Amino acid sequence: MSEIKKFMYVNRRAPYGTIYAWESLEVVLIGAAFEQDVSMAFIDDGVYQLTKGQDTTGLEMKNFSPTYSALGDYEVTKIYIEKESLEERGLTLEDLQHLTWEDEDEDWAEKDSIKLVSRAEMAQVFADQDVFFNF
Amino acid sequence: MKFTIQVNEGPYQHQATDSAYLFTKAALEKGHEIFRVFFYHDGVNNGTRLTTPPQDDRNIVKRWSELSAEHDLDLVICVAAAQRRGIVDDGEAERNGKDATNIAPGFRISGLGQLVEGAIQSDRLVVFGD
Repeated sequence: MSEIKKFMYVNRRAPYGTIYAWESLEVVLIGAAFEQDVSMAFIDDGVYQLTKGQDTTGLEMKNFSPTYSALGDYEVTKIYIEKESLEERGLTLEDLQHLTWEDEDEDWAEKDSIKLVSRAEMAQVFADQDVFFNF
Repeated sequence: MKFTIQVNEGPYQHQATDSAYLFTKAALEKGHEIFRVFFYHDGVNNGTRLTTPPQDDRNIVKRWSELSAEHDLDLVICVAAAQRRGIVDDGEAERNGKDATNIAPGFRISGLGQLVEGAIQSDRLVVFGD
């Protein structure tokens, strides 16, 4: 298993309502052990997964949103957010968690994981991938 | 070509499971290799031998078991998804103190690493679901 592939996890759905978002995140965390070249994309209602201040008390479901902030520690450092998906929902980057990673090669400098891209740019990002995990 | 198949939806509720089966069968008949079929989300319900569909309907679970026996097909159910939804083999019953098992012949329960490995080892990962 020496070959390194470009893995893209596509997150399209709201965080609660269905289990896809949570079980998708579980694949990302387990998959990190395989040391592939991992990216994540958040499009459509998937952008809600990263919103700040989620409170699931009334839903009686686990609030798993704090887990996203650990992605940097799992070396998941490329997180693409689609600009149009945010805009269509009246959201901006300010509404999302600030996800970062520490760059070992630059004295553990903290860097932004989130890259805001247009729908057209997202298509280019997708065109460059080997494997899609579509959730 | 070498494929890994991911099934994300439950049987009868959603056509994804039928499409996955028919794709897998057709690929095998054309001489392709199916490295693994991985059942995730409600897809794990494809692996309970306790289903009893009406006699004039297709038997989705039995169909998978027969295909597995015929082609030595690796049918893997995600353990985390299975535990949530009550799909149990001998090992899981013992570990979690359950009084019964329901896994169908040809299926096995294992971790998400099996899906990731399948994606690495195969030419294509084909996902069936919404």
